[in-house]
Amino acid sequence: MATPFRETLKTKKFVVTAEAAPGKGSNVAKTIEHIELLKDKVDALNVTDNQSSVMRYPSVGVCLLIKEHGGEPVLQITCRDRNRLAIQADLLFAYSRGISNVLCLTGDSVDVGDHKEAKQVFDLDSVQLIHLVHTLSSGKDMAGNELDGAVDFCIGTSASPSSDPLEPQLIKVEKKLRAGVDFIQTQAVYDLDELKRFTEFVRKIDQDVKILGGIVPVIGVKMASYMNENVPGIFIPQSLIDELAEAPKGTGVAKGIEMAARLIRQIKEQNVCDGVHIMFIGREDRVPEILEAAGLA
Amino acid sequence: MKGAIVAFCCQHSAYPAADLAGKLGLHYPEAVRIVRVPCAGRVDVIHILRAFEKGASAVLVMGCEDGACHHITGNIRAGERVKHCQMLLKEIGLEGRSAVMVNLSPNAPHKFVAATEETTKATSQSPGRQDDNR
Amino acid sequence: MIIAERKSLEEIRQELAPYKRVLVAGCATCVAVCWAGGEKEVGILASELRLARDAEGNEIVTSEATVERQCEKEMIEELSEQVAQVDAVLSLACGAGVQTMAERFEDKPVLPAVNTTFIGMPETEGLWVEMCGACGDCLLDRTGGVCPMVRCAKGLLNGPCGGTRKGGKCEIDPDKDCGWVLIYRRLEKQGRLDLMREYYSPKNYRAVKRPGRVQAARA
Repeated sequence: MATPFRETLKTKKFVVTAEAAPGKGSNVAKTIEHIELLKDKVDALNVTDNQSSVMRYPSVGVCLLIKEHGGEPVLQITCRDRNRLAIQADLLFAYSRGISNVLCLTGDSVDVGDHKEAKQVFDLDSVQLIHLVHTLSSGKDMAGNELDGAVDFCIGTSASPSSDPLEPQLIKVEKKLRAGVDFIQTQAVYDLDELKRFTEFVRKIDQDVKILGGIVPVIGVKMASYMNENVPGIFIPQSLIDELAEAPKGTGVAKGIEMAARLIRQIKEQNVCDGVHIMFIGREDRVPEILEAAGLA
Repeated sequence: MKGAIVAFCCQHSAYPAADLAGKLGLHYPEAVRIVRVPCAGRVDVIHILRAFEKGASAVLVMGCEDGACHHITGNIRAGERVKHCQMLLKEIGLEGRSAVMVNLSPNAPHKFVAATEETTKATSQSPGRQDDNR
Repeated sequence: MIIAERKSLEEIRQELAPYKRVLVAGCATCVAVCWAGGEKEVGILASELRLARDAEGNEIVTSEATVERQCEKEMIEELSEQVAQVDAVLSLACGAGVQTMAERFEDKPVLPAVNTTFIGMPETEGLWVEMCGACGDCLLDRTGGVCPMVRCAKGLLNGPCGGTRKGGKCEIDPDKDCGWVLIYRRLEKQGRLDLMREYYSPKNYRAVKRPGRVQAARA
């Protein structure tokens, strides 16, 4: 049995989580492969919810698979696809099936996904979602009705320390912290100082919340410039892009893994934050290499 | 009006140019029908469309050279409206008929003649021509 | 005001295919100002329809009329004689105008020639931007006069999503401002940023019971 994530967060241990992206279709063989590969190497597996607004196997489904295989799942919930009734029902279901960690997110816009004509919901926003989880924990639903059986989730959320302008984002983070979260994971970071500044900001408001730095390995110059141009809230410094450019052809992935591991080691050694969340979408099988290179295996 | 080439001529430029062409004995195509307007900017989209409805095969909107409009921006507006008309003609499926903007000065009779000749030639060669004769 | 965009000629022609005598009816209020359905647009559309049907030898007889406001029963009354003489009415008014016409002239098909898009204002000549979602629960007093319901692509109430692009642009369109960055800058300028730090609980999406109906208070 995996250690409940809430217990892990209470220890002084350097926390490591990895993202698990569900596949498109009912065949879960590949997903199970990734779960088996990673479940004992990380503290929790964080399952995306129709990531990038692309319709996929549900987060709660993969979370159940993780439970079945002895791992610790974090259920991601976005506000894009469900109204307050559906979200509450999903939370009750997840909790009743032994899923006890939830990551509260706004969710990408429908426009960036593969069902661009869908009606997007956003009945709630991420701050309201965090409040909602607390409401359900208190034994009531949002309308104030008594629940026959409350929930008790370990609650997480996300933040973008590289946003421009940053101040409005920080106000939102402050509201999330005041709503009450156990952990906060960042959008991909590449600049240690930026992460340091963000941690300092969070610590001024909340001493206890665990901060996980977001790690997305960059495996090529093209990907780096694409991300800088197109992925909001991400800034890859030129020095890293130059380093990638110097890597011999065909060694991009290895170089990306090396750079990610180096950043993780720096975060750990300099005690910048409490852990990392690794997002290596589509290359989940290479995550163990990052852990090994970072000295976390 | 069948097959006519309607030329909306600004009274400050194209109209005197056409007048001068006549005085100099220059020939321009007989299908050309001149409509004198106080400024090319007076010509609206609907005027151009109505000319086509009445059977015109081409419409020329002829105004002052850049920066020389007596009403400052009338020629620029006219150009934009002609462009809009070209889009409408395409939408309607009448790509054979043409709406053309011409900028010229009052002492340019040769340019007036050349523009009308060019449009006549282009119109007679276009596939839309047969429709007009139906 | 209400902003609309004209439908493509092709779509309008499909709507009108079964009809020969058509009244093209404009509205001189909102849609006239946004260049979609005023007297001028009525003239152009009617002409386009005649030219298109001429080209394919399928005759159409159009009449044209523009009233001050199609969304008021009294103001469309003047069209009754013209409507009686046609097979269908092509309305260039917003959805409210089309429906008022359809209700008054219920034996005639009233067809829309525009897509009603939003409540907005002109930003520059020929460009209109959405300003109000008619939610029935206005909170502009707390957001520096910038509506997060429609000027944030996701209608978020507690600040920007993580998708803000460089320089404060929106996740879905680099040409659009992030609504929450606009709110932040406005409140900062007014020294009222505390308003942004407040928590706003989930919105009452039933503030207006749809379909909406408002009774004016009477003395």
